[in-house]
Amino acid sequence: MKTLDIKGEVCPYTFVKTKLALEHIKGSDTLKVITDHMPAVDNVSRSCSNEGHEIVSSKKINDTDWEIVIRKKLS
Amino acid sequence: MFDFTEEEIKRYSRHIILPEIGGTGQSKLKKARVLCVGLGGLGSPVALYLAAAGIGTLGLIDMDKVDISNLQRQVIHSTKDIGRLKVESAKEKIKAINPGVTVNTYTEAISSKNVKEVIAGYDIVIDGCDNFATRYLVNDACFFAGKPNVYGSVFRFEGRASLFCKEGPCYRCMHPHPPPPGEVPSCEEAGVLGVLPGIIGVIQATEAIKHILGIGRSLKGRLLLYDALDMSFREVKIKKDRNCPLCGDNQTVKDLIDYKQFCGLK
Ligand SMILES: [Zn+2]
Repeated sequence: MKTLDIKGEVCPYTFVKTKLALEHIKGSDTLKVITDHMPAVDNVSRSCSNEGHEIVSSKKINDTDWEIVIRKKLS
Repeated sequence: MFDFTEEEIKRYSRHIILPEIGGTGQSKLKKARVLCVGLGGLGSPVALYLAAAGIGTLGLIDMDKVDISNLQRQVIHSTKDIGRLKVESAKEKIKAINPGVTVNTYTEAISSKNVKEVIAGYDIVIDGCDNFATRYLVNDACFFAGKPNVYGSVFRFEGRASLFCKEGPCYRCMHPHPPPPGEVPSCEEAGVLGVLPGIIGVIQATEAIKHILGIGRSLKGRLLLYDALDMSFREVKIKKDRNCPLCGDNQTVKDLIDYKQFCGLK
């Protein structure tokens, strides 16, 4: 599983970078996104769902960071 | 990963966010090469918006210099540019909007001698010319080269736009030959509402972008007519004419023709 560290990024770039990473991975692989921008947890998940990707999990992993695991939709 | 810089990701983020474009589409725009024939009323918005959109290479062809009477509608040029070559003035504005765009300029008069070579370097041509001689030359050269040609024209309060390409009709399918010079309105009669080429040019830029991205329904086989006074759009179907002298069954126009330039309807 690929990991995308977008700590320091705010919306909408959190989604823009997640989307670019999803476009790049193959098949229906999963992508792990690490963010320290709390609103992104909701926004990125919602935007990815809207595009048909599956949110496998999303959780706080330490004092500052969240982790979102996304499965790319089959195109 | 896509070969976007951080700056490009932010600059084009509103494109990348769109499911129909994304990083894949933005890369296509970056790789695209678009030729703008004419940097006047139509070419101004075309060049400005294509530059902003991130088209990688823009070719600009125009031999004219900026005149004060152009500034009422040719928004890429400024008062300080009066007397400068239009392509130089336009290049400066394009670079100011988006330094990432490669700009090639051509200041020779467009003719049967050079049009093939110039067009060969581009994926798509945008016809923003203001005379019949160039319009037919561009149409024919695009047909011979198999390149799509985004047509636009403006006159008084009315504008037209369409997309001519291999699979669809060409300009000659509508108008097989240029009108005789006497039937064309003189320069003095050919007034134009300043905002009109803005609207038509932006439609041409939209068609070029859609064509590059391969999205949506194009103006192929459709002539879009805009009436500014009535503020209305309508469209007329245009069919590939089997009797077209260029793309029809019995082709009579087999070579590029240099029609005599005459003043005329845009
Ligand atoms: Zn034709």
